[in-house]
Amino acid sequence: MFPKGTKRKFLDSAEDAATATVAGEQGPASTRTPSPSYSLQRQSLLDMSLIKLQLCHMLVEPNLCRSVLIANTVRQIQEEMTQDGTWQIMTQALAAAQCPTDRLVATEVLCRQSDPAAAAAAGQSPKPYPLVGGLDRGYHSEEVVMEAGDAHKEALPTQSYLAGPFGMGPCWEEEQQQQEEEEEEDGGDEDGEESEGEDVDERPEVDSRPGEQVFGTFEIKQQPPPPPPPDPALEELFSDVDPSYYELDTVLTGMQSAPKMGPYDLLESLSSHGPQPLSPGASCRSDLNELDHIMEIIVGS
Amino acid sequence: MDKHFGTSGGVGDEIDEVQWCFSQVKGAIDDDVADADIISTVEFNHSGELLATGDKGGRVVIFQQEPESKNQPQCRGDYNVYSTFQSHEPEFDYLKSLEIEEKINKIRWLPQKNAAHFLLSTNDKTIKLWKISERDKRPEGYNLKEDDGRYRDPNTVTTLRVPIFRPMDLMVEASPRRVYANAHTYHINSISVNSDCETYLSSDDLRINLWHLEITDRSFNIVDIKPANMEELTEVITASAFHPNQCNTFVYSSSKGAIRLCDMRMSALCDNHAKFFEEPEDPNNRSFFSEITSSISDVNFSHSGRYMMTRDYLSIKIWDLNMETRPVETYQVHEYLRSKLCSLYENDCIFDKFECCWNGNDSVVMTGSYNNFFRMFDRGYRRDVTLEASRENSKPQSVLKPRKVSSGGKRKKDEISVDSLDFNKKILHTAWHPLDNVIAVATTNNLYIFQDKLN
Repeated sequence: MFPKGTKRKFLDSAEDAATATVAGEQGPASTRTPSPSYSLQRQSLLDMSLIKLQLCHMLVEPNLCRSVLIANTVRQIQEEMTQDGTWQIMTQALAAAQCPTDRLVATEVLCRQSDPAAAAAAGQSPKPYPLVGGLDRGYHSEEVVMEAGDAHKEALPTQSYLAGPFGMGPCWEEEQQQQEEEEEEDGGDEDGEESEGEDVDERPEVDSRPGEQVFGTFEIKQQPPPPPPPDPALEELFSDVDPSYYELDTVLTGMQSAPKMGPYDLLESLSSHGPQPLSPGASCRSDLNELDHIMEIIVGS
Repeated sequence: MDKHFGTSGGVGDEIDEVQWCFSQVKGAIDDDVADADIISTVEFNHSGELLATGDKGGRVVIFQQEPESKNQPQCRGDYNVYSTFQSHEPEFDYLKSLEIEEKINKIRWLPQKNAAHFLLSTNDKTIKLWKISERDKRPEGYNLKEDDGRYRDPNTVTTLRVPIFRPMDLMVEASPRRVYANAHTYHINSISVNSDCETYLSSDDLRINLWHLEITDRSFNIVDIKPANMEELTEVITASAFHPNQCNTFVYSSSKGAIRLCDMRMSALCDNHAKFFEEPEDPNNRSFFSEITSSISDVNFSHSGRYMMTRDYLSIKIWDLNMETRPVETYQVHEYLRSKLCSLYENDCIFDKFECCWNGNDSVVMTGSYNNFFRMFDRGYRRDVTLEASRENSKPQSVLKPRKVSSGGKRKKDEISVDSLDFNKKILHTAWHPLDNVIAVATTNNLYIFQDKLN
């Protein structure tokens, strides 16, 4: 909520940048480089939009109009970033930041293809999902992950996707069996996780490319900034989380046995500040940066 | 009745000269608002005698205006509660495992044909036709029944009498006459009664259905914008309305700021519009939020049927049905919010759906804003005013003082700065009496009734 009388200085200047004439800044698309502050604001708008989409999907029956509007905004940003060339950079950084030990990944598919060497050998070059060119396919329902703060570059081939609001959500559709089955398997992570995997399986063009990785979480981070100093509140939150959760196998086993999370459970577990044990699904988000980011948005709003 | 009309076009009838006064406020006073009490729709009936509200708890409350008292001919009657009933209950869709909210999204009155009143009320999935009727007499003097209902022993009956009707305390009964269910997969956003008084339309995010009031087990689908692949969905239906005079014409608005006018005589499925109204985007104002702010939240025909009005996040547009290329008039509701769109996106206020309404002779339009402000635009005199619905201004007959928001820089006395606006206090629903200068303005859980100052 917008508290009465509170000035939001950063965001207001962000608004100025974000609402700056996009048309005015457009020279030839290939040569236009956005100012760093504009890029930053645009990135933060993208982050915010993706979080909103994720929250939308956590609802059992999302608001279709709202989802469409947010998804169109994301698409617009992505199109502009693709024109700038910054989308390419971001997806490369995403790939490069891949680090299995800190990364908690939740999808089965990722688990299968977690061998970086094999992936590198496939020789695929990172390539953004052709949202601009592939408008006939509309959104793909995969999710994008970026890891902040990891500088080492591995030539991991990646396929980046933008969270599709509808492909993964047969909530819109009359036929819901697939989604419901997936939700049952999904022990507590985002509703979309398993369906992402399912969708990947179903799409022949994805399977035919060896060595691709599908990312579980979809937190898009900004260009790798240094990780912020550990937040004592968050450290306390995680103090009693068994570090073995960081092991992939534990996570997957934990997920299968965890009780199904309702739409708001994830939010509740994220926003609680007491030292209570998190459900395995939420603990998948062991990346403190991501948690911090989400909490900031939730608590801030 | 015409003497009450402030802006009937008579000499000197300017919006400045219409002074709005507080008349009544309905609802709880305390700030702790129960979710169920949040008002979700407000609608006058065709005579203005009845005012209906729907709330998030699925209830409908109807107020009736007291007749003008002979002692005080200059005073309009107060609106008092006439009937209250539970229209919709929460439901559970077992197939999809989701709960269907009982919140009343819209109420529409049917034109009155006899002593009873009929209205349509809808939640996300189901529309209901309610009959509201009065009972002020009851039969007494049965031969076989006592007055309290007990049966008499026939052997004790020695004489016969004819039962007669005797007056009783007025009882207002609301009974559901029809339930129109299972026709919408998505959330119903609008219902609109046709001028033929036999049919009505209901629209959800992707489809519009045509119903006959008498028939509940089927409806005709007349618009379907659902793509074969849901991933290609980029535009949804946000509102729809029948033309007030032409029973074959209706419009629907979209999340991209376009309005399509359809003629049901052209084909059974009206996916191809007869007219397409869209204003080209202003390149100076383009931003990542352009599409969201262009999404139309309400569409309304004028009483004359010549114009229609659309409300998007920042403005009201009046369209001449004969001109599709651009609106004939545009009014900025709260332009000072344009520089705050990012914050409003973050806190979701940018998705708020404001309604708008015409006055009786289509000369003034009204809509709500934040901080419990609402705005009126006089089309003829090109004047606008901002007023506030608050308990502080609720002395009977006290004149409302115009409010002003300063967008930055120097703030004059009595002005409110944009950053002090309370975005939790939003006026989404307003209604204007069809024949008189009486307006109903809904804050979160209170209903304010204002009228113009007479004499």
